[in-house]
Amino acid sequence: MGEVKLFRTWSSPFALRVVWALKLKGVEYETIYEDLANKSSSLLEYNPVHKKVPVLLHNGIPICESLVILEYIDETWNEGVRFLPKDPLARATARFWAKFNDEQVFPSFFRYFMRQGEDQEKAKEKVLENLKFVEEHLKGKKFFDGEVFGFLDLVFGWLVCYPGVINKAINLKLLDEQMFPNLCTWMEQFGDVPVIKETWPDEEALIHKFHKMREGLGIYIYTKLRYEAS
Amino acid sequence: MAKKSEIKLIGTVASPFVNRVQFVLNLKSIEYEYIEENLACKSELLLTSNPVHKKVPVLIHANKPPICESLIIIEYLDEIKPDVHRILPSDPLERADNRFWANYIDNKFFPLYEEMRVTPGKEGKDAIKKRIIEGSVLLEEAFIKFSRGKTYFGGDDVGYLDVVLGCFIAWTKFTEKNNEFKVFDEVRTPRLVEWVKRIWSHEAVKDVIPGNEVLVNFYMMLQKYRPPRAV
Repeated sequence: MGEVKLFRTWSSPFALRVVWALKLKGVEYETIYEDLANKSSSLLEYNPVHKKVPVLLHNGIPICESLVILEYIDETWNEGVRFLPKDPLARATARFWAKFNDEQVFPSFFRYFMRQGEDQEKAKEKVLENLKFVEEHLKGKKFFDGEVFGFLDLVFGWLVCYPGVINKAINLKLLDEQMFPNLCTWMEQFGDVPVIKETWPDEEALIHKFHKMREGLGIYIYTKLRYEAS
Repeated sequence: MAKKSEIKLIGTVASPFVNRVQFVLNLKSIEYEYIEENLACKSELLLTSNPVHKKVPVLIHANKPPICESLIIIEYLDEIKPDVHRILPSDPLERADNRFWANYIDNKFFPLYEEMRVTPGKEGKDAIKKRIIEGSVLLEEAFIKFSRGKTYFGGDDVGYLDVVLGCFIAWTKFTEKNNEFKVFDEVRTPRLVEWVKRIWSHEAVKDVIPGNEVLVNFYMMLQKYRPPRAV
């Protein structure tokens, strides 16, 4: 089915969802790691609009934006396991929650991680509010789409690893079993899927990175987020 | 007794995201009941249909759970009535390309208009004008790529990106007038200038586009509830 390359960083959760999708579909691919402080000319050529990763390159043609990439993978390697359900309403629902994760849940979590003091408390309220919607959506289901995992599990999969590692790094707890029983159960089950279990970035390296983000290097991102936050 | 429409659309006439859904409903000849929402005083129906965002548009199809987010609604309509005026192409790569540009338009380009509104001072506004102009050049290039020499992004007739970008035309003209500059310009983006005229007069579009008075009222509401930043 042609040559596949994935431009990614080692730590990004958005890259991971593409890795999972490719592995679950049994697609062979080559990984090219990008250093975002020193972007390759290839990346700038393949994603001139955003200059971001992940970028999937299929037969020399780039596809950008992780949710767009996920749907592309699902539609291109369309025999065997399908990520999105067939029913149009179920598909619309999955897309809605995916957008909610990318535009609300994840950014609010990132803000919570990067802020301090009173700002952090406010940010925590927001991320908890967002997660409560997700918790409700999971009610009575083993995975987001039902008995079998799919698109939305790949999208929310970052929850299985990142909040826990951040807690280890800077003692910032988020997901409480009492407040989020559905999410915690789902995290265990989805976290047990071999492809998911075997692809997390190195924990020590992540902890080190999160420390650095909170200290000196993080101030730029913190300031930028504070200015942009609504 | 008139048959009640199976499809209801909750919207507000000034919202380009609502207009976009209306374009697609018209293109696909789907009958619908339109429910106008007052965003300054949101109805029970809206709050229960879209509890997460409390925003329009919301599409309700028969007794099924509501569908929110305009791009998601458009894909849903395309999937339930694929044989009438197909909106998205069927090839996965073309679909990915279309979706990428829809993301760009919604998340990078159009928010600049609001950014312009809330940014105080000439210097600030000029910086945003520059970004809008840069964006317009990207969109002109995208138009060349997608249209392949034809008259719409979708080729011979209106397609996904025509609908995705086309809904912003009224607000584009409003922003241009308010800020004395051109978003789309005969020298910089000649094809898009022609495209705007074509879309503006398209059968499925022309009766949906809000008039200036509607935009002015909405603008005044924004100025009141989300005032510009202090200098």
